[in-house]
Amino acid sequence: MASSTLVSGSTSTEPGPAARRSGLWPELRRRPAFAVSSVMALLVCAMAAVPQAFAGWFGGGDPRRCDLAGSGLPPAPGHPFGFDIQGCDLYTHVVYGARSSVLIAVLTTAGMLLLAVVLGLLAGYFRGWVDMLISRVMDVFFGFPALVGMIVILQTLSTHNEVTVSAVLILFGWPALARVMRGSVLATAGSEYIAAARGVGASTPRILLRHVLPNSFGPVAVLTGLNVGGVIASESALTFLGVGLQTPAISWGVQLNTAQQYFTTSPHLLIFPSIFLTVTVLSFVLLGDALRDAFDPRLRQVM
Amino acid sequence: MGRYALRRLFMAVPVLLGTTFIIYLAVYALPGDPIQALAGPNRVLTPSVEQALREQHNLDEPLLVQYGLYLAGLLTGDMGMSLTGRPVSEVVAAGWPVTFQLGVTAWLFMAAIGVLLGTFAGMRRGKLADAAVLGGTTVIMGVPFFVVAYVAQIVLGVNLGWLPVSGTEAGWPLAYVLPGLVLALYGLPQVARLTRTSVLDNLGADHVGTATAKGLTRRAVMVRHVLRNSLIPVVSLLGVSLGYLLSGTVLIEGIFNLPGLGYQIFTAIPQHDGPVVVGVGTLLVLVFLLVNLMVDLLYGILDPRIRLDLD
Repeated sequence: MASSTLVSGSTSTEPGPAARRSGLWPELRRRPAFAVSSVMALLVCAMAAVPQAFAGWFGGGDPRRCDLAGSGLPPAPGHPFGFDIQGCDLYTHVVYGARSSVLIAVLTTAGMLLLAVVLGLLAGYFRGWVDMLISRVMDVFFGFPALVGMIVILQTLSTHNEVTVSAVLILFGWPALARVMRGSVLATAGSEYIAAARGVGASTPRILLRHVLPNSFGPVAVLTGLNVGGVIASESALTFLGVGLQTPAISWGVQLNTAQQYFTTSPHLLIFPSIFLTVTVLSFVLLGDALRDAFDPRLRQVM
Repeated sequence: MGRYALRRLFMAVPVLLGTTFIIYLAVYALPGDPIQALAGPNRVLTPSVEQALREQHNLDEPLLVQYGLYLAGLLTGDMGMSLTGRPVSEVVAAGWPVTFQLGVTAWLFMAAIGVLLGTFAGMRRGKLADAAVLGGTTVIMGVPFFVVAYVAQIVLGVNLGWLPVSGTEAGWPLAYVLPGLVLALYGLPQVARLTRTSVLDNLGADHVGTATAKGLTRRAVMVRHVLRNSLIPVVSLLGVSLGYLLSGTVLIEGIFNLPGLGYQIFTAIPQHDGPVVVGVGTLLVLVFLLVNLMVDLLYGILDPRIRLDLD
């Protein structure tokens, strides 16, 4: 399932004891899945950063150099993926498509994490009416089937670019992370070293930033890692439906949206972007999986 | 039980108000002209259509009054007019049986396959079958949903011709098998994994050891003592998943041409038929809330611990 919206049935977000920091890297290095998926993910990020370096491999390389005479033609020498409906080299387009996916993934993940950490920290540490307020707002968002909510809101926005799409993904994505953060903070805030810090007169901000945050951050970081693949998949689904990025943008979702109409005559239009999208999402999901297992295998039950 | 049900109902009210208010704000209160937003960015509306839409959405009233009227309309089944002039409630009435059938079919697949795989993996912990289930569910999570739908449609439907891939002509269940299976993949990994974890927990429990020591056959132990207890958390997840399947219907009905609620959204988007997208979308959100509420109430009946947790 390429959406991280399905919340796991267990409501307990009690994190296990934090893994020893030093043990994380050797633990990861032993896993073949981690090696493969991190190489793939790095490759995709490299494609997003410098598409020029990859696009010219087969002689093409300019995504805006298109010739309508070649519209929808199958793969030919120098054009391993064939041509899209506009007669552009599909390989070049697919390479350039990595950028918007990665950009949205980065923006969304950063935004979700920031919101979730701040609100989860406040709700879990101060309890009382702050917690009540934040938790009720989270409940409202859990009351949405996420994809439908995102469609409705995006439909009514007049601009669809990387920023607005990310904003909507953040809007529906933060509660799941904030819930985990809150549970984790609740568990941490009861610890004796927190009481000790209070006892020696540390200020509240200092306690929050120096003691609570570092010790409750683990599970949220793991869940965020697991979510990256889901974010990319959600973006492509929204774009595919026509409420995400729009045509002059080069993105896999846009390519798939266009390919829908032609998939009986030019199936390659659907196949190649799909392969790239799938490999990307899968490698991020496997990466998140490996991180979680290395951090604390018992989290597998909850996440 | 009565107290629990009442409390749960009261808890649902703010969520209901919150969700509809967010949708309402997004649609009608964002800067810019909501009428233009509903119609789409580049559409020119005739003055009469625009005036009709304005009156229909009470845009001359203050915001809270507008929202109140909109909510009253929702609850009385008045969801406005599609830009094609058809009432949205008609669109909904035509579509919901299809979505219901699809949802139930997918849910049954998800429950059956998920529980089977999970039990199988749990009983053979650490063996090849277990690794295959764990690996397989990870892969399912990593493959974008609509890609699976297209692959299934092309390979199983078009190339092999095993199952109908488009429309509802073949009727239930045949026309719903393939879309139902693909939609089931949406929640399958979670169901299978939770079942596996749950079976593992119970296999190690004391009462299972006792039952084995009493000399019960392996089969009796599994069915009567392990599975029965293992399924408690799974049942709750299955309930919650029913709501989440609704999200997937937009993609699945669109790809497989099933004329349900999701299909209405799918086809209304490129036409910029805002009232349909928003109206049907809001309805799906309400259904989602109701389903979750019913699941919670049922679950409160099944498991008294849940009721006490609230207090």
